[in-house]
Amino acid sequence: MGEILLDVNDLKTRFRSRGSLVHAVNGVSFHLKRGETLGVVGESGCGKTVTMLSLLRLLPPAAQVESGSALFEEQDLLKMNFRQIQKVRGGKIGLIFQDPMTSFNPVLTIGDQVGESLIYHRHASKEVALERAIELLRLVGISDPEQRVKDYPHQFSGGMRQRAMIAMALACEPELIIADEPTTALDVTIQAQIVELVKDLRDRLGVAIIWITHDLSLVAGLADRIMVMYAGTVVEEATAEELFDDPRHPYTLGLLSALPAFQAEKNVRRLASIPGSPPDLRKQPTSCPFFPRCSFALERCQSELPALQPVAAGKNSSHRMACFVDTRERSAAA
Amino acid sequence: MNTTSQPLIRAVNLVKYFPVRLGAYGEKKAVVHAVDNISFEIQAGETLGLVGESGCGKSTAGFTYLQLHRPTSGKCYFKDTDLTALSEKELRPYRRKIQIIFQDPYSTLNPRMTIGTALAEPILAHKLATKGTVTERVISLLNDVGLSEKALNRYPHEFSGGQRQRICIARALACEPEFIVCDEPISALDVSIQAQIINLLQDLQEKYNLTYLFIAHDLSVVKHICNRVGVMYLGRMAEMGTKEQIFAEPKHPYTRALLSAVPVPNPHIEKTRKRQVLGGDVPSAIEPPGGCHFHPRCPIAVDRCKTEPPEWRQMDDRRWVACHEV
Repeated sequence: MGEILLDVNDLKTRFRSRGSLVHAVNGVSFHLKRGETLGVVGESGCGKTVTMLSLLRLLPPAAQVESGSALFEEQDLLKMNFRQIQKVRGGKIGLIFQDPMTSFNPVLTIGDQVGESLIYHRHASKEVALERAIELLRLVGISDPEQRVKDYPHQFSGGMRQRAMIAMALACEPELIIADEPTTALDVTIQAQIVELVKDLRDRLGVAIIWITHDLSLVAGLADRIMVMYAGTVVEEATAEELFDDPRHPYTLGLLSALPAFQAEKNVRRLASIPGSPPDLRKQPTSCPFFPRCSFALERCQSELPALQPVAAGKNSSHRMACFVDTRERSAAA
Repeated sequence: MNTTSQPLIRAVNLVKYFPVRLGAYGEKKAVVHAVDNISFEIQAGETLGLVGESGCGKSTAGFTYLQLHRPTSGKCYFKDTDLTALSEKELRPYRRKIQIIFQDPYSTLNPRMTIGTALAEPILAHKLATKGTVTERVISLLNDVGLSEKALNRYPHEFSGGQRQRICIARALACEPEFIVCDEPISALDVSIQAQIINLLQDLQEKYNLTYLFIAHDLSVVKHICNRVGVMYLGRMAEMGTKEQIFAEPKHPYTRALLSAVPVPNPHIEKTRKRQVLGGDVPSAIEPPGGCHFHPRCPIAVDRCKTEPPEWRQMDDRRWVACHEV
């Protein structure tokens, strides 16, 4: 760990929608070191998936990256031509999607699909690809892989398909795996299996992971660092420990106090909830996107957009947030 | 809550099998054992949680109690009345008293009906108000769930998921029910909205002395809202007890595994704790494993578990478990 693998700077992505522009991603910056696990947390529509799709240039035709850069091993993903980015997708960067039911081609066998990227990226022969597919399926804990490679996706259960998808992402020994809500469609016991598997693979293979989720408790034990997103911007970023021990942004505070599990120890009768609902992204943001729902809001929040800044100036910490208010001082005063 | 009083809701040996046809041409007949002999009681004003993985029959249990599916066998008592013995027509006055909130607020509201019409419909059908007074009643319902009367003439697509779930709750409340089945009412919502709906359900329970059967797969939500919890696995009840009993000292190995699988929102604990991860998948409910359904995944299974289904035993006053080894 130490060397920067991915460095994203001021990424902006827009969607055209019925004559108006949707500001889905508004200046997102973050970095990732080799072998590091980054958890990206936010509600639906906060731009977490669009950010990652922008990096791999997998956006739907209606969306466009407006500005920004994304350096992956010193090369800008956003400036690559089609052939260059094709080499990265599935080669250096693997992707795991949310829904293992619809992400496989139903008329090809699991073995064909897991081995496909080897044939494409490494020019492996069919036989070699199949052998490697068996090896990979064994690695992700599918029993009897010699027989299972001949199966079609419908013969696999949800948990097994997600395992196969992980095997597919690992096929070309990527440097980075982007996992987009990989366990949301699964039951808790299967989710626990997948999380344990990913942790184990990460420790053995040293691959960096970006894990997108809406579940803060899920990334608590998984991620080194956590980035909280709201309405297309990063509102807070810190190591997992700092974020849970010392959350600063009003939105993070709200999210945590809305978690029944987090409140369980305190035995409260009512959950603190965040009033209102997320903002309309069709307007160009000129104020803090969270201010209409924020209980700490100042007058300044209405007219200025806060930048992501270190929480304590001069302190050697990676804890950053985008807020004008020192919530800790204010809560103490209250 | 008085434990000796007569329960409001009582399901006795409830069974629901669904006949299905398998094979490319539907040539094979089979039976899905969705709910397999479960019993539960709920006192007035109490909340019973039903948890389990998808396909374990928790929703079917709720639907069957409400007679939305007629049970294969077993009895469903509401106070003294056995609902299973009643015809559709005889059931109608009871339908008023037992209501349901579904998981998906997007597909359960008619897109061509205004909110006002949708909420007035059940009230008029049960003759609880006249055409003249119904609007007043609908407005008070909307206020109850935190919406303004501006919603009256609007259509479902104009509302967000959280607001739609509020409308569904208002509709369930329209006929002044005593018992509501909440079938995963917050699973489709975002975290910050989930808390609003949970608070709303708790407020309404206090205000109208409602009784809930709360079906969920999210254990932390159940822990927050329920008084008692039943854990289901593959159509059968594995364990039931008060919330404190289930969460502090789970007896059944499945309950223990389920609790251990839930992530804890604390990186210090989460990064060091040893989890008990269950291997394998939930078996098919068409051909469930013999004996105890859980034995192929159970860490403490013995030979007896493979052949002999465990008895649903009462351990003490409020606690039941189905396991040979406990």
